[in-house]
Amino acid sequence: MKFAHEFRDAEKARILIREIEKLADEIEITRTRPINIMEVCGGHTHSIFRYGIETMLPKTIELIHGPGCPVCVLPMGRVDDCVVIAENPGVIFTTFGDAMRVPGSKKSLLQAKAEGADVRMVYSPMDALQLARKNPDNEVVFFALGFETTMPSTALTLLQAQAENIKNFSVFCNHITIVPTIKAVLDSPDLHLDGFLGPGHVSMVVGTAPYDFVADFYSRPVVVAGFEPLDILQSIWMLLKQIQDGRAEVENQYTRIVPEDGNDPALAAIGKVYELREFFEWRGLGSIDHSGVKIRDAYADFDAERKFDIPNAKIADPKSCQCGEVLKGVLKPWQCKVFGTTCTPATPLGALMVSPEGACAAYYQYGGITRQKTGAA
Amino acid sequence: MNVVQLPPRRKLGKIHVPTVTLAHGGGGKAMKDLIDDVFISAFAGASAPALEDQARFDLAALAVHGDRLAFTTDSFVIDPLEFPGGDIGKLAVCGTVNDLAVGGAKPLYLSCAVIVEEGVSLDMLRRLALSMAKTATDAGVGIVTGDTKVVPRGAADKLFITTTGIGVIPKGRDISVSRAQPGDGVLVNGWLGDHGAAILAARGDLALDADIQSDCAPLHGLIEALLCAAPGTRFIRDATRGGLATVLNEVAEASNVSILIAEDQTPLRPEVCGVCEILGLDPLYLANEGKIVIVVPPDEIPAALAAMRVHPLGEKAALIGHIGDGEAGRVVMKTVFGGSRIVDMLVGEQLPRIC
Repeated sequence: MKFAHEFRDAEKARILIREIEKLADEIEITRTRPINIMEVCGGHTHSIFRYGIETMLPKTIELIHGPGCPVCVLPMGRVDDCVVIAENPGVIFTTFGDAMRVPGSKKSLLQAKAEGADVRMVYSPMDALQLARKNPDNEVVFFALGFETTMPSTALTLLQAQAENIKNFSVFCNHITIVPTIKAVLDSPDLHLDGFLGPGHVSMVVGTAPYDFVADFYSRPVVVAGFEPLDILQSIWMLLKQIQDGRAEVENQYTRIVPEDGNDPALAAIGKVYELREFFEWRGLGSIDHSGVKIRDAYADFDAERKFDIPNAKIADPKSCQCGEVLKGVLKPWQCKVFGTTCTPATPLGALMVSPEGACAAYYQYGGITRQKTGAA
Repeated sequence: MNVVQLPPRRKLGKIHVPTVTLAHGGGGKAMKDLIDDVFISAFAGASAPALEDQARFDLAALAVHGDRLAFTTDSFVIDPLEFPGGDIGKLAVCGTVNDLAVGGAKPLYLSCAVIVEEGVSLDMLRRLALSMAKTATDAGVGIVTGDTKVVPRGAADKLFITTTGIGVIPKGRDISVSRAQPGDGVLVNGWLGDHGAAILAARGDLALDADIQSDCAPLHGLIEALLCAAPGTRFIRDATRGGLATVLNEVAEASNVSILIAEDQTPLRPEVCGVCEILGLDPLYLANEGKIVIVVPPDEIPAALAAMRVHPLGEKAALIGHIGDGEAGRVVMKTVFGGSRIVDMLVGEQLPRIC
């Protein structure tokens, strides 16, 4: 825990909060409405709730919990595809833990497992590859998802499988890329955002340059932020400072981890293994052009989409779900029609209620807000 | 006349095969050998099973301990069966002893039902039985009756144990989940989450070099010391599956009170926090097998803490918060960082986050 406690110092937090309050007081727009700051990344959402950061901020600042939880934005059709693959005889389907509970149109992976599919939780794609080595008579499929943070580890695992000539390993690729997503949010006609906390883990791979368009074309400031509470507070302060100065720039608060130009070996692995999909479906946000990646033809032998006959069906989100509006910051989670009533962490309708990084689950579990209590209709 | 020389009858309790087979559950000699060799020989030190279909107790001998019987049962399934700080045998004894003790009872007798999967190593079975016996002896309870079943490979995950326990509650003790009152202190007897973190690390599918031992231990001695020092203790519960957070929510709901705890007063080892940070888990929900949550009236808090801290299983005892008069059923944690957050019941299993 060394190098973490330093970023959880309550006294320093109080000083920062005072500075944030002072700055927010001085910013003109707070006279008429709060300053809306979107944290793009689910990891930030988690930290914000885990440390009670929202409870410390002045009312003039509102945090909007964006689309940066890859589990939350996974469309139902892709979960259905996972289930179809997992139910193939002889398949060992491997996945990160929190993806197991995401509801498909008929069932989740957890339910498929209960019904007999061999679904196993792994902590990294390398664990899945190890399973393939140990089970040569089974096809081991790794459910690859996540933004640029997890893309390199999947790519390097696939390259390792190729180097070892492993024939019973494949990847069901659902990796997504952050930039088109931020653009989709910025293009939303309902946009009420004044600035972004940029995703720290993604930026560790891609650097900070990919966000320049946010500042240059949309005139919104971005501060790439770390995940400890003082990181987040300092980043909010940096955003406020830009807003006060009338600047819109990309700044890097997370310099101890994020290199300005990204991580070359990771980017090389990404470039080697993946190519952009023309479009990719997002839960709650619909189809976003060039927002997903697929495995290049050169690695077709490791592509589960080509090895298995999958339906690839588009399944509309339940009509009552308002995940999209919540993801774009148009609605607060508790303003959704089904929040806390038919949609709860125990019975999630929308994906935002599934992962602890999802805004709705975080509010429900850490914020203690139910729809009835807010008086929403 | 030629006399046929029969080989000498094999002594009881001598099994010469390396693994349990279905024959060991068949009800015949193989089964008797298994029970004699593995269980009776191990449990003889902890008790003296009469090999009847039931254990028999002298009521007068029970009554000297108090005026109410406490009766509990629990099943134990865990992977791996042996882990740093314990094994399923120790766990099965501690779990039931603790379930009796948290009600204020003196634990006296246990039963032990074992379901074994065909193919389990007999050496391991012997180790687990000896571990049960040692733990029972240490806890001063007798394992007085039991049952063994062998199921085909695939019908069970290696070994399941069910223990049932009987204890006696001394007169005048009234410990209940619904007795917490505003102003009461919320205490724990030490580091939380050790068992859950140790099991995660022991599963071997994490590339973590975490030196964490399970806290698995019988707590009746500690609880007795606590109740002598703080006889007004309102509530005790072992924070097993679901961890501290679950117990606190149960108290808050049953007693119709709010609870406020302080993160910086809650004992958590850095190693446990580290494992949780990496996996995206919350240590408040990790299982414990040697930790209790205690609610005591305000005037007995110092005595309760002092009594626990001189006991080896309570050295790190801490006051972690108080019962409040806020929204009933709500548990709130003041974070180490100065904010506050709701600590709710866990929904389903805690699953590691993707990143």
